[in-house]
Amino acid sequence: MIHQYQNNGYNIVLDVNSGSVHVVDKEAYDIIACLEKGNTFHTPETLRSEETFANLKKKLGSTYPEEDLKDILEAVIELTDAGQLFTRDIYEDYIDEVKQRKTVVKALCLHIAHDCNLACRYCFAEEGEYHGRRALMSYEVGKKALDFLIANSGSRRNLEVDFFGGEPLMNWQVVKDLVAYGREQEKLYDKHFRFTLTTNGVLLNDEVQEFVNREMDNVVLSLDGRKEVNDRMRPFRNGKGSYDLIVPKFQKLAESRNQEKYYIRGTFTRENLDFSKDVMHFAELGFEQISIEPVVGEETDPYAIRESDLPQIFEQYDILAKTMVERERAGKGFTFFHFMLDLEGGPCVAKRLSGCGSGTEYLAVTPWGDLYPCHQFVGQEEFLMGNVDDGITKPEIADEFRGCSVYSKEKCKNCFARFYCSGGCMANSYKFHHTIHNTYDVSCEMERKRVECAIMIKAALADEERNESNEEK
Amino acid sequence: MKHIKTLNTQTLNNTVKKGGCGECQTSCQSACKTSCTVGNQTCEHKK
Repeated sequence: MIHQYQNNGYNIVLDVNSGSVHVVDKEAYDIIACLEKGNTFHTPETLRSEETFANLKKKLGSTYPEEDLKDILEAVIELTDAGQLFTRDIYEDYIDEVKQRKTVVKALCLHIAHDCNLACRYCFAEEGEYHGRRALMSYEVGKKALDFLIANSGSRRNLEVDFFGGEPLMNWQVVKDLVAYGREQEKLYDKHFRFTLTTNGVLLNDEVQEFVNREMDNVVLSLDGRKEVNDRMRPFRNGKGSYDLIVPKFQKLAESRNQEKYYIRGTFTRENLDFSKDVMHFAELGFEQISIEPVVGEETDPYAIRESDLPQIFEQYDILAKTMVERERAGKGFTFFHFMLDLEGGPCVAKRLSGCGSGTEYLAVTPWGDLYPCHQFVGQEEFLMGNVDDGITKPEIADEFRGCSVYSKEKCKNCFARFYCSGGCMANSYKFHHTIHNTYDVSCEMERKRVECAIMIKAALADEERNESNEEK
Repeated sequence: MKHIKTLNTQTLNNTVKKGGCGECQTSCQSACKTSCTVGNQTCEHKK
């Protein structure tokens, strides 16, 4: 399967099944398209056949010189021989084998506080309460959660724990005590905890910062962008905006971490479809690790993204991608989470096909110790899988999540982005289709666009390197 | 190959044999809590 597109003046050919990215001129772009139209399953042999060349000549002979057709066809054959073009999807049986392996739990999302000091309008946690009651996790429940993680992690050494909420700083002492407990236990069991804190920053102070910098592998800082955008969606309960209080604290924290191992993370909604300005606002505030994600809302929510918004959203991603290339060239680059792409050292195909791990490798723990497939399922009783005292009491729920992959979703089978999103978010699928084996179509459209932009950025920066090396010569 | 420039040398099929160790980060632990983005994660072996 081949996906071709043009973006920012680059002709890009993605060989979907190998992940190979080719930047080509217009001639090669047209020739590869013509070849694929003639036969989606070309092999080096069929490409070498007289019929293939005759067909190419018939279709493009009046547009391009015969010599170019031959040269480019030869290059295409070489790449196909090397497994970088016209590759087949050989992973379906493989993923069954991977999925049948015994999985271990390697990450927990600890709902340390089902309470929040902000009242964000779009909050899926309903101001921290998750369709339930306000509650703080006790140290005892948290300890049992860490014990459960260690006991179910097999030989997996690196274990991840996210202190999440609501707002975890509203239960800060328990966070600190659990980190101390985790550090004790990891020595005993030869494990290594990687802690993350997700916070809205309201209660962030020097003491928290010092602790976070010492103990947390990652910090996710919630802020939506420009003051008016942030304050409209992220007010305090009394309606007052949160931007002025929080921004200086986040700037200080990001600097104190040398602009590493954190994300400033925002949500864009229908009310700020010009969200590239919010990303740039973050960059102007000095943040270098940036994530802004589309809101997921009910169709009836006024702020929810609609299909009709997609053209504008695509335009925004294009603007952002181009701006990022320019800034990178000017030495003022920053990371945008959804455009991160490692063409050489990205995840293995097993990881790419098996999804986010929710319900199997990744579980969420409520303040009272109940286990759910992930933070987004918390409060939906049909997904209650067990608790920290008894462990997994409904293994059939884990089995259903284990059986979910891009091959269990009809819409993923012909999607070029399936090795980048792994079939999308199962919680979103459930929200819109009442099954985890479907996809949230608006989100898919955005993901495809982001993958295209991310690859374009790679093409543009590689082009830059080539220009520089030419200049040196 | 003046008409075609390939950006990567590694291919996904090369990761079949050694892949699947599971030591890598869980995707939702990084920055996405409402979507699913796996392709941008890092392989623990290549750090």
